[in-house]
Amino acid sequence: MRVPWRTLAVVPVAFLGIFFVYPLVVVLAQSLTDPAGGLDLSGFAEIVTSAYYRETLWFTTWQAVLSTVLTVAAALPAAVVFVRFKFPGKSLLMALATLPFVLPTVVVAAAFDALLGDSGLLNSGLMAVFGLESAPVQLERTLTLVLIAHVFYNFAVVLRMIVSYWSNQSPQIEEAARSLGAGRWQLWTRVRLPMLAPAISAASVLVFIFTFTSFGVVLILGGPRYSTLEVEIYRQALSIFDLPVAAALSLVQIGLMFAMLLMYSRLQRRITVPLRGEAYVSRVPHSWRAKLGALAVIVTMIVLLLAPLAALIVRSLTTAGGLDNFTRLAQNPRGSILFVPPLTAVGNSLVFASVATVLAVGLGLITAALVNARRWRWLDALFMLPLATSAVTLGFGYLIAMGNPPLNLRSSAVLIPLAHTLVALPFVVRAVLPALQLIPNNVTDAARALGEGPAGVWRRVRLPIIGRALVVGASFSFTVSLGEFGASLFIARPDTPTIPVVIFRLLGQPGAANYGQALAMSVILLVVCGAAFAIIERLRISVAGVF
Amino acid sequence: MNRLVLVIVLLLAVLPVYAQQDPLTLVTYDSFSVSEDVLAAFTDQTGIEVEIVRLADAGAMVNQVILTKNNPLGDVLYGIDNTFLSRGLNAGIFEPYESSALADVPEAFVLDPDFNVTPVAYGDVCLNYDAAYFGADGPPLPTSLVDLTEPEFEGTLVVENPAASSPGLAFLLATIAAFGEAPDTYNWQEYWADLAANDVLVVEGWTEAYYGEFSGASDGERPLVVSYASSPPAEVYFADPTPETAPTGVTLAEEACFRQIEFAGILTGTDQRAEAEAFIDFMLGLEFQEDLPLQMFVFPVSPDAELPDVFVEYAVIPENPASIAPDLIEEKREEWIQTWTEIVLR
Repeated sequence: MRVPWRTLAVVPVAFLGIFFVYPLVVVLAQSLTDPAGGLDLSGFAEIVTSAYYRETLWFTTWQAVLSTVLTVAAALPAAVVFVRFKFPGKSLLMALATLPFVLPTVVVAAAFDALLGDSGLLNSGLMAVFGLESAPVQLERTLTLVLIAHVFYNFAVVLRMIVSYWSNQSPQIEEAARSLGAGRWQLWTRVRLPMLAPAISAASVLVFIFTFTSFGVVLILGGPRYSTLEVEIYRQALSIFDLPVAAALSLVQIGLMFAMLLMYSRLQRRITVPLRGEAYVSRVPHSWRAKLGALAVIVTMIVLLLAPLAALIVRSLTTAGGLDNFTRLAQNPRGSILFVPPLTAVGNSLVFASVATVLAVGLGLITAALVNARRWRWLDALFMLPLATSAVTLGFGYLIAMGNPPLNLRSSAVLIPLAHTLVALPFVVRAVLPALQLIPNNVTDAARALGEGPAGVWRRVRLPIIGRALVVGASFSFTVSLGEFGASLFIARPDTPTIPVVIFRLLGQPGAANYGQALAMSVILLVVCGAAFAIIERLRISVAGVF
Repeated sequence: MNRLVLVIVLLLAVLPVYAQQDPLTLVTYDSFSVSEDVLAAFTDQTGIEVEIVRLADAGAMVNQVILTKNNPLGDVLYGIDNTFLSRGLNAGIFEPYESSALADVPEAFVLDPDFNVTPVAYGDVCLNYDAAYFGADGPPLPTSLVDLTEPEFEGTLVVENPAASSPGLAFLLATIAAFGEAPDTYNWQEYWADLAANDVLVVEGWTEAYYGEFSGASDGERPLVVSYASSPPAEVYFADPTPETAPTGVTLAEEACFRQIEFAGILTGTDQRAEAEAFIDFMLGLEFQEDLPLQMFVFPVSPDAELPDVFVEYAVIPENPASIAPDLIEEKREEWIQTWTEIVLR
């Protein structure tokens, strides 16, 4: 029986069409129409003739390339350790490494400040040890800090995608290379990098789009001197309200990303080598060298990823109020309608994140299968585009396009998880697709020859192989939804505040208690996210047990 | 037959549910607040249910409402201020309504002679200082904008980016009102060049300035920040235990203060005109006006409204804050921000 591809394709394509392409086209069309009804290309003229926009585009591109290279370089050694070695606390460390993704930029800025600021831990330590008068490490509002933050946020994307892919690869190739006398360098350049290329490139593309469209990190940690295309779109749309320029910039950003994604998609198929032999089994490191190497990687990860998280927790407990900040979250002394019991915010966040995760995993799986079976490269690239679209553009699109029946959703809470799903989908597709492409045809053919129907081939062959990749996709979907604030800010919202909304409201008011409670709520966000990872991982194990 | 009667009775019982009209929809910014019981009292007295739809911050909200002009998001808007007023008026998003309750409101607040919008609250963006830094034994406070360019205030001030932040824009407008644009005198452009030379720090928004850099509210290094005249009472109100004195204060440099007036208006095309009018009247009523200070840390426009103790004791109401006509702000905002960006950031 042939799988009805066309029927199956309807679901994700319709979803993307209704909730992404349609509102985007409506807002861009309206923005590029002059009052007389003609085409208004003044925005394009302005950005083409302005040296400022050329500089902005140049800066946007090179900081994204640099951020991506640094993130991959930092995550590769960690991937080796995670694939090859068993060590205590391994899965915990992996889950913790994913947590930065959930934190709003303002909160990360506070954590970095506690660590790296002028009066932060690092500087006061150095000043005490060396008897210095002023802070020796000046990182506030520098590009270095922006790059560190980009690595901090995206490290886990690269790590988890490479590890899940690598774990399905056979160690025999590496062993063969070693026995043929390959040195460390040759092992990397001739064996590992070519073998891991699909996973590295998939993760790099995600990190590149993320850092290319970086908004909060650049503005808050880099300061208002730095500006990306995304920042300019916000300024033009929100502050100046020049929609022709905002639309032109949005189109440039989307167009550039689409071209890059098409190129990548073509490349990706060429570099994938189907899987042979049995999967990797991690071992306890034996030699001193291996032990030291593993230790060095783990310590680096802890310093880079966990120190800011720890600083945040410490700050929430040491800021005026301490533990009281947590109990005060549940009180409403002013009787304000703005008050949100923390459990309600956690509940809203969990509902939205769960819906978004289920939708993203389902739709992402179908999309990845379609791209894999039919080689629809444009489809693959299209599903990545929501990541390249600024929240304000899409939010304005929803306001204009979704105001009439049957799609009168613009003031409905339903739109929030749907917007989150759009942002989460690329993570699922990127994680699952390389794993699917690994499965050689003869394996699925063999299953069919043994009498499995199409459903059986999926259940008994494909799903077990892509299980790890699905967990990676699901974890990021959940995290993206839980921490997302930008998109939902531009949707007209009834009273369904999420955890990040509560944090932002608290940080928008003066008063020590508000600051303390915002930090406490951030810690709750971390805990909720960590607990969700544990559940997602457990789900995989229990589902895997069924096969 | 009995069954038919039962069906009719059931239908009649259900009908009132459908006959009940839609709630009145209030469109506002994300941080809008009112006491639960004050809002409930309005519904009790008038039978009008109020639904609140929240958009982004005040500036973005105006854009969002203009975009949806032909298919409005609600019936009443609250929170457009004088820096964005003309943008809203020019776009024709409001229906005029002259509330009888406006009679008591000082004329200085009524910026639109056609009553498209009704003033409800105001607040002053002023320089705040860290009381611990400028304590009894500390350095003297700045008393004018020019003081900030003097060597003793080098590296002490943090401001918000006017391109992105409402208080940042207000402070820029205060300096423009104070120094003017005339090319042959000491104008605002020269003033900002001097401020930049004196190491003024620019950050993106109020949260980054106040909680990231201001030494009065965080472990930042800057003892002066652009914030609100109502921030010191908020510092006292949101402290536990209540401190003897406010940890922050408002400097006496009145020319550094810019008054933001917040308006409400009936959105064009509402099918609940009478209910919308009732809600505007309610917002000018004593109950709502006296509720404003502790809910949104703004001041009531009604002269009869009594301020809470913490405001009486710690808030400052500048007598002559800077102001610029909304028309002029709308006309020149972009140019001013652009010029400012060239001088200070590049």
